[in-house]
Amino acid sequence: MISVQNVHKSFGDLEVLKGVSLDVPNGEVVSVIGGSGSGKSTLLYCINAIESINSGKILVNDIDVHSKATNKDKLRQKLGMVFQQFNAFPHMTVLENAALAPRIVKKMSRDEAMEIAKKELEHVGLGDKFDVYPTRMSGGQQQRLAIARALAMKPDFMLLDEVTSALDPELVGEVLETLRLLAEEGMTMICVTHEMGFARDVSDRVAYFHQGVIAEIGEARQVINEPQNELTQKFLSKVR
Amino acid sequence: MEYQFHWNIVFQKMPELLNGAFVTLHVSVLAMLLGIVIAILLAIAKMNNSKPFCYVATVWVEIARNTPALFQIYMAYFGLGAFGIHLSPYVAVLSALVFINAGYLTETFRGGFQSIPSTQYSASKSLGMSSIQTYRYVILPQMLRRIYHPMTNQFVWSILMSSLGILVGMSELSGTTQRLQSASFRTLEFFIVAAVMYFIITKLVLFGSSLLSRRLFKGEI
Ligand SMILES: Nc1ncnc2c1ncn2[C@@H]1O[C@H](COP(=O)(O)OP(=O)(O)OP(=O)(O)O)[C@@H](O)[C@H]1O
Ligand SMILES: [Mg+2]
Repeated sequence: MISVQNVHKSFGDLEVLKGVSLDVPNGEVVSVIGGSGSGKSTLLYCINAIESINSGKILVNDIDVHSKATNKDKLRQKLGMVFQQFNAFPHMTVLENAALAPRIVKKMSRDEAMEIAKKELEHVGLGDKFDVYPTRMSGGQQQRLAIARALAMKPDFMLLDEVTSALDPELVGEVLETLRLLAEEGMTMICVTHEMGFARDVSDRVAYFHQGVIAEIGEARQVINEPQNELTQKFLSKVR
Repeated sequence: MEYQFHWNIVFQKMPELLNGAFVTLHVSVLAMLLGIVIAILLAIAKMNNSKPFCYVATVWVEIARNTPALFQIYMAYFGLGAFGIHLSPYVAVLSALVFINAGYLTETFRGGFQSIPSTQYSASKSLGMSSIQTYRYVILPQMLRRIYHPMTNQFVWSILMSSLGILVGMSELSGTTQRLQSASFRTLEFFIVAAVMYFIITKLVLFGSSLLSRRLFKGEI
């Protein structure tokens, strides 16, 4: 379970998160929607301790993420993350990309790491690309590689930050399909997304972010189809 | 009157020329290795913005890149000599080459380092990799690819510039050639052979470097 409790976060004078609370029980998929600059990415970065927080608390599997005593490298093994920008390691093949962290972080043998990497690559439909270099692949394939690379660490949670926004429209579908598959398998996920159809159909709940707070959160279909908050209504009418 | 080529004398002196070529290679390799070590330190100093170190690094880079090599060698040999520090011709040329190599390579390293997008760090971090693992497996291998060709060029440059050793009586390839030609008056022959030897050395270096790069860097960048 991920538990975000009244978190505040500032960059200098700019307060980006102004008291955010969000509980995500295991097996749940939560989509986060909201305008640009509202703090969605920052929330994900705070959850896996890439960014620090100013006050409040974040618990992952009951471990206090921002406590000094927490081993952050170890914690991040439980939190897979995929970013908006393509960030495959360009000097390694697809298979090496996915096998690197299991091998050096989890200290698996080479064969063991390769085995897991192959399985996860097949999982996301890249079974025929093991020896290709990522720069030779489409954006959609690179994002699926990023998903497989994260999954190879056997995380308990996946944090996805607008993983389809840098893609050409015709490539969005294959990536969303992969995420839908993960959701069906019961992966716990927080997805920041601009894809309202995906948010409605795949997630259990949707949270609408507005200027650093969650303005509305509720059952996915309800928030997307019949938003209660005026701000949510305005946002949704604009993106449709 | 037409110039008569006499090649025999040149071939008789081949062992000495080869010995000169060896000294050339020797001083260039050493200048490169020391230059790399210092450049790494200077690049770190420049990127850390720690005032005194950053200042030293900046001054070093600016002087090395904006003054002639000839001047550096004269400073090392005659300049320091005026202060009672007498370097041998070999050490004077070596110091000047190290000074210049370090200056140029500092900028090469800094550029290579800064060309790695920050997303590579966050991606590595998010996979649970420590900073050391991130540098070892993700950042440095990519950086090495980007600085490899500039480094090769710097090495070739060092080989050619070491010929300035002729000015301070160093017995590398040019100095040796100078001595042999003035003893035999076969100026053209000796300098032609020396030029061919420089050409072969640099071509071999470039060839070896591209072979090595194909072994080292299988991926694309
Ligand atoms: N490292 C940083 N330093 C300073 N300001 C930052 C930093 N990261 C984000 N910000 C600022 O924090 C605010 C929230 O950024 P964030 O990336 O979380 O928004 P977002 O909701 O993800 O927006 P988008 O939909 O455009 O991705 C923005 O105003 C941004 O400029
Ligand atoms: Mg964002």
